Amino acid sequence: MADSKLIRIENLTKRFGDLIVLDDISMHVDYGENFVVFGQSGTGKSVLLKCIIGLMKPEAGIILIKDKNVIELKKKELNKIRKNVGFLFQGAALYDSMTVRENLEFPLKKNFDFTQKEIDEKVITALKHVSLEEAIDKMPSELSGGMKKRIGLARSIITEPELMLYDEPTTGLDPITSKEISELILNLQKSLNMTSIVVTHDLICANIIADRAIFLRDSKISYEGSIEELVKSEDKFLRNFFSTEIIKE
Amino acid sequence: MNLPQLKFNKRATASEIIFNFFASIGGLTIFVLEFFKQVFIPPYEISEIKKHMDELGVKTFPIVSVTGLIIGLVLALQSWPVLARFGATDFLPAMVSLSVVRELGPVITALIFAGRVSSGIGAELGSMRVTEQIDAMEVSAINPFKYLVVTRVIATTMILPVLTIYVVFIAIIGGYIAVIIAESMSFTYYQNAVINAIEFGDFIPGIAKTFVFGFIVGIVGAFKGFTAEGGTEGVGRASTTAVVMASLLILIFDMILVKITMWLWPTLS
Repeated sequence: MADSKLIRIENLTKRFGDLIVLDDISMHVDYGENFVVFGQSGTGKSVLLKCIIGLMKPEAGIILIKDKNVIELKKKELNKIRKNVGFLFQGAALYDSMTVRENLEFPLKKNFDFTQKEIDEKVITALKHVSLEEAIDKMPSELSGGMKKRIGLARSIITEPELMLYDEPTTGLDPITSKEISELILNLQKSLNMTSIVVTHDLICANIIADRAIFLRDSKISYEGSIEELVKSEDKFLRNFFSTEIIKE
Repeated sequence: MNLPQLKFNKRATASEIIFNFFASIGGLTIFVLEFFKQVFIPPYEISEIKKHMDELGVKTFPIVSVTGLIIGLVLALQSWPVLARFGATDFLPAMVSLSVVRELGPVITALIFAGRVSSGIGAELGSMRVTEQIDAMEVSAINPFKYLVVTRVIATTMILPVLTIYVVFIAIIGGYIAVIIAESMSFTYYQNAVINAIEFGDFIPGIAKTFVFGFIVGIVGAFKGFTAEGGTEGVGRASTTAVVMASLLILIFDMILVKITMWLWPTLS
């Protein structure tokens, strides 16, 4: 029987000097799953994503993507995996010296052998996915926070990756834009059949997206399961964490 | 590429300052080695190099034009009374041209270039680092060192010699303007005196060292920007320290290269 797990992490430990950020973390993400990572600020959620994509090297443990340990891979092998992964950064990380079109074209021109016509078609399709075709010739400085996130999302999905990593996709956005972005992530996941890992502390976003979630606390996974069970948890800390959102509901 | 981590503290102790100094030198050495490792590996990003030569080089022409003109003018005006005291004003064209070709032209152009370009590269790459644009490039399987650093360093190394030749020319013109202010001297006489004074051997070492200076300007700016950390404060720090480090290295390497030149061409001394 084929393995249903796209990502498998075992005994992952990451520290900065004396500070242990991730302590002996083990988890897995199934193919086609929307997996949410919850936790307070500074609990290592973004560090976990950066370890998965090989931007940070952990001190111990293994991270298997399609059974390949990204920690031990050479740059060339790691880049092969990265071509199949999209990453939406917290601040969108658009290249500010390039227009929206150039931002979207960049990974296609550098990593693939598409003709200019094919590239143009892919750019338009990606912008249609995020409903921002009119922004094609704008510079990132001309875009609002929500638009930047959408363009960042379009750039991440333009290569049609199998795995998408989202680093706080709704942080800094108003509730309406935040909900729109969350629904967009869910729609993209369905239409492009992607697997997603979403780092967030936005319960509205998680409610829309998540199939399964974990909660990081004190460098360890303190909860793993569904969002419904998570918000109903009897754990005092978790009840406090979600109390504001519960009141809003 | 694992670079030594600097310790930033507003009230840094003497040991931290010494640690940071050696960590910077070590980091820069690793960075330079990485450059030579990657510069020969395709893709060569020719269009990016051309773009940077235009942005970093061509746009520096106005400031170096003014600088060159003033160097020539001031040098001639200051030297004139001294030479006149010894009745040696005929030597002024030779003095101006030799000073400018051998030393002042290359060094001052490099320092101006460092002030404009090293800080610019430091700020640009530093800003890309703190806003995760460099990480975004890396996760897209694009080599940011190759695309951002190598292209800029090649551009600065190639463009500084061109700028220096231009500055030397402008400074010699500046010298002539000073001469005609002080005394009537025909342009033909001035031109002949300059041509007779400069030998091929004067020109080559002066221009050759600008390749080294251009490399220093590019690599130091890129190093400081690429390794920036700590938000906007880090960007500012990358920009300023890039200028300081590049200027210091230009002066240190000038001293070393002058010594090497004298050893290779003893007749020049």
